[in-house]
Amino acid sequence: MTSEPQPSTSASSAHPLVSLKKVNKHYGPLHVLKDIDLEVARGEVVVVIGPSGSGKSTLCRAINRLETIDDGEIRVDGKVLPAEGKALARLRADVGMVFQSFNLFAHKSILENVTLGPVKVKGMKGGEAKELALSLLKRVGVDNQADKLPAQLSGGQQQRVAIARALAMKPKVMLFDEPTSALDPEMINEVLDAMVALAKEGMTMIVVTHEMGFARKAADRVVFMADGQIVEQATPEEFFTNPRSERAKDFLGKILAH
Amino acid sequence: MDNFLTLFETYNVPAAFWVNIQLTFWAAVWSLVLGTLLALMRISPIPSLQWLGAAYVNIFRNTPLTIIIAFGVLGLFGQLQVSLTDDFNLNFFRLAILGLTIYHAAFVCEAIRSGVNTVPLGQAEAARAIGLSFLPAARLIILPQAFRGAIAPLGNVLIALIKNSTVAAAGSVAAEASSLMKTMIEFRGDLVIPIFFTFAIGFVILVIPVGLLTTWASRRLAVAR
Repeated sequence: MTSEPQPSTSASSAHPLVSLKKVNKHYGPLHVLKDIDLEVARGEVVVVIGPSGSGKSTLCRAINRLETIDDGEIRVDGKVLPAEGKALARLRADVGMVFQSFNLFAHKSILENVTLGPVKVKGMKGGEAKELALSLLKRVGVDNQADKLPAQLSGGQQQRVAIARALAMKPKVMLFDEPTSALDPEMINEVLDAMVALAKEGMTMIVVTHEMGFARKAADRVVFMADGQIVEQATPEEFFTNPRSERAKDFLGKILAH
Repeated sequence: MDNFLTLFETYNVPAAFWVNIQLTFWAAVWSLVLGTLLALMRISPIPSLQWLGAAYVNIFRNTPLTIIIAFGVLGLFGQLQVSLTDDFNLNFFRLAILGLTIYHAAFVCEAIRSGVNTVPLGQAEAARAIGLSFLPAARLIILPQAFRGAIAPLGNVLIALIKNSTVAAAGSVAAEASSLMKTMIEFRGDLVIPIFFTFAIGFVILVIPVGLLTTWASRRLAVAR
């Protein structure tokens, strides 16, 4: 299936950073991903939107293999996703992930949450990791909370720590799986601001979200999914003003009605 | 009453309980080690290890402790000549610890697994997402939280172990408390009821602090979410 020669290891920009080819996944009788083809270039910000149950979260989680796929091929920086073991762990270290429910390590301090990856996965020295962590926490505005436990922080603060934790691994691409869906309304913007700043710095991002404002402001491309398929993709401007498919028109009609 | 008190001059009751405390201590340490390994096997992504862990638990949890301990003496030592030391009495003591460990490790494993169930799936996903493979993720993220969620059930296993240490009598550990009780009843049949109460109260005194301590610790160390 993957007998074609691997591209050379030099990190050229010739190949897309993330590519999915004919990816399929079933949950029992449910066909949640149908022949998904998607390429994301280096530095590109792609926002995936669509009604709930459309498969957008599954798509996002498949890219670092938190969800397995039935067939098709996913490549990150030219390399096919390994099945299990050390090679997969190495690849995941290059792919940052931010979850809907934050998933900060509940028994570790904010600082330890951020230093754990660099120290335990990359073998960075403690002092160096702490310096890196504090600078990242400062960047997302929670450096004054470094010694607290996650449960002592608000949802918005926790999610910003989660972003810092992912960035500490110096990932090639960041995946965001509905990062603001579990937040109180007044905390959504602080997280989106951190994400917009990240996008402006040139980070490659794949963002599953319902935040149309973020899509307009930061996305290079909007991918619209429904029923496990990519129905259409376009620039945000084009997608929001002139959606082509009926499904997209219907979806936008529903969410933009108020 | 005087009759009763002379019992303590003739028989060294605290020394007998000390043997049970030592049996409990070593069996607790080893069954915690073995039980943790078994729990790791059961939650590992490798099907053959999962199967092995499950098989162990189902065999030894469902075998009477008396049979396991008696097998240590009659099977391992008597038939197979397995000896853990040259000292005759110490050998029985160690075989009893082995039997207690093998039996209680199955319960420790299940207590830890119940603790693992208190850890949200997202914790494991986040650990994997930053590039930790199974063992580091288990050691750094899952088990520390699982132990803190398993303190109460682990306390129950320890309580059972303290009382089950008397089964070492079936493994020829003659110095432990229930063996001494039997001896005392044999020679002082007139005091059978006070003797029973002495040993019952002795175990209650040993066990109550364990219950209090684990209840306190499970609240104190609970992971805030």
